[in-house]
Amino acid sequence: MRLKNRHVLGWLEASPLALVLLLFLVAPIVMIVIVSFWGATEFSIYPAFQFDNYEFLFGSPVTYRVFLATLKYAFITWALTLAIGFTVAYFLAFHVRSLTMQIALFLVCTIPFWTSNIIRMISWIPFLGRNGIANQTLISWGVIDEPLEWLLYSDFAVILAFVHLYTLFMVVPIFNTMMRIDKSLLEAARDNGASGLQTLVHVILPLTKPGIMIGTIFVVTLVMGDFITVRFMSGSQRANVGRLISNDIGLLQYPSAAATAVVLLCTVLIVIAILLRFVNIRKEL
Amino acid sequence: MRTGYDLELVHLTKRYGDTVAVRDLNHVFVKGSYVCLLGPSGCGKSSTLRMIAGHEDVSEGSIVLDSQDVSQLPPALRGTAMMFQNYALFPHLSVRDNVAFSLRMKGVDKAKRHARADEMLALVDMTHLADRLPTQLSGGQQQRVALARALVTEPKVLLLDEPLSALDPFLRIRMRGELKKLQRELGITFIHVTHGQDEALALADEIVVMNDAVIEQSGPARDVWGAPRTEFVARFIGGHNVIALPGGKATVRADAVTLGDDGLAATITAVEYQGASVAVTSKLETGDEVLALLPEEQFFNAPKSPGDAVRLAWDERGLHRLEA
Repeated sequence: MRLKNRHVLGWLEASPLALVLLLFLVAPIVMIVIVSFWGATEFSIYPAFQFDNYEFLFGSPVTYRVFLATLKYAFITWALTLAIGFTVAYFLAFHVRSLTMQIALFLVCTIPFWTSNIIRMISWIPFLGRNGIANQTLISWGVIDEPLEWLLYSDFAVILAFVHLYTLFMVVPIFNTMMRIDKSLLEAARDNGASGLQTLVHVILPLTKPGIMIGTIFVVTLVMGDFITVRFMSGSQRANVGRLISNDIGLLQYPSAAATAVVLLCTVLIVIAILLRFVNIRKEL
Repeated sequence: MRTGYDLELVHLTKRYGDTVAVRDLNHVFVKGSYVCLLGPSGCGKSSTLRMIAGHEDVSEGSIVLDSQDVSQLPPALRGTAMMFQNYALFPHLSVRDNVAFSLRMKGVDKAKRHARADEMLALVDMTHLADRLPTQLSGGQQQRVALARALVTEPKVLLLDEPLSALDPFLRIRMRGELKKLQRELGITFIHVTHGQDEALALADEIVVMNDAVIEQSGPARDVWGAPRTEFVARFIGGHNVIALPGGKATVRADAVTLGDDGLAATITAVEYQGASVAVTSKLETGDEVLALLPEEQFFNAPKSPGDAVRLAWDERGLHRLEA
């Protein structure tokens, strides 16, 4: 009797979260999967179970180009945020000695997050534009004769915005793992004759892997799912999967949008599954 | 200047801002001896050790090892190796790779460094666990690995920072036996920082008692225990009573005190049975507390309890005048 009670109690305790997840995570995804098999005409959508949407998606060269572009954005952004994030976290964790200073500098890192994504993006436009601050400064310094065209509305601008927006998502988990590294390990490495670089490569880097992995998952999923940054910063001249979906939705082609979303979801899950094969992040959670 | 592998501290000083952690130390550690740096926490013993190791900058003075001033050299070039208090094993490396770490840093190839690491692991009797990760080892096992990792660099001096403090009492006694045995076999100098006087007495050829940034007394364990120079040493090293006598303070060994019919009047405040002996604490009329360690049989022939008035006497050979 008592055992049964405990059973019931356990279920009761787990149910609120289960319910929330069911309602707000599982149900929408199931809905998207269902709709992705529906049919559509120019003016209506109708329930069905057909593979037309997927056939069209996988039959179109645009899909492959756009998915490739999305992966390219994800990869380049990942590489840059990792390089910057690791450096910043390393500085904060190992070079700043006092805890107060660490906290203060860490808060400074978060300042950009006090405004919305879109404002942070838009604020690049006057800076990077044809007659923007960057071009004018470079011209006045005599570095260039005419404005650089690729500063705004280009892949450069898109990636710049991504890096700006998402580096913190790399800094935080890496900083967190680095703070847990016992400082005496660094002394032990030095005692064993390791140079600064060797300590970094053989001690700090392997011990920071879980943090790097968590940051990677953040950045990759955010970039793969983004559509607004690409639209704003490329002046609608570049496409990624997010924009493909948003265009379909704009045209009320919900089944087609749903099919693209399912494929994107699967792609992201595969990427994460591959990443997790390299590093076990469980001990970090 | 000395020759051989002697380690000499010359006017060694460490300052952190305005506080002086180590004040003008001059000392020679004789080659092949087991030395314990003994003192309460904050006395500067750890700073001294870390300066010798090269993990702390020297503010003034120098450290001479093998007739070479090493105080400005990086740790790995000094001929010292350090064993850290919490062992500081690399958690991502196997036991064998931990031991082989310094060889890997030097660029020794894998087969060679693993062979060498296995030799060191055999020395500390850990060969069977060479493929484990440090987290899969017990405290005592981790310590052996840390020891092997420090010894693989073939140091002239091994520095041990409170190596036994993380172990349970039973293991502590076993490990200290092994440390001593290892030191005798290797014939190199061990400098062992501890705040446990029993540990120091059990291990050390030479005890260096530190207090308040300076060396209070140093010498062979028996000399220090038998003739503490200052009140601090007498109290810290244990087994001594400090009493005020006409003509200055003196120490009386606790095992030299007897309860008798004549002597100084005192009142017993506590009786503690310790097995082979009984510890009787009593208070003199001057307010000084005196501990008497009585053989069990002798005590129970005439048992006393707290509150009883007694007279304390001691053999003059157990009495020792203090310099400070």
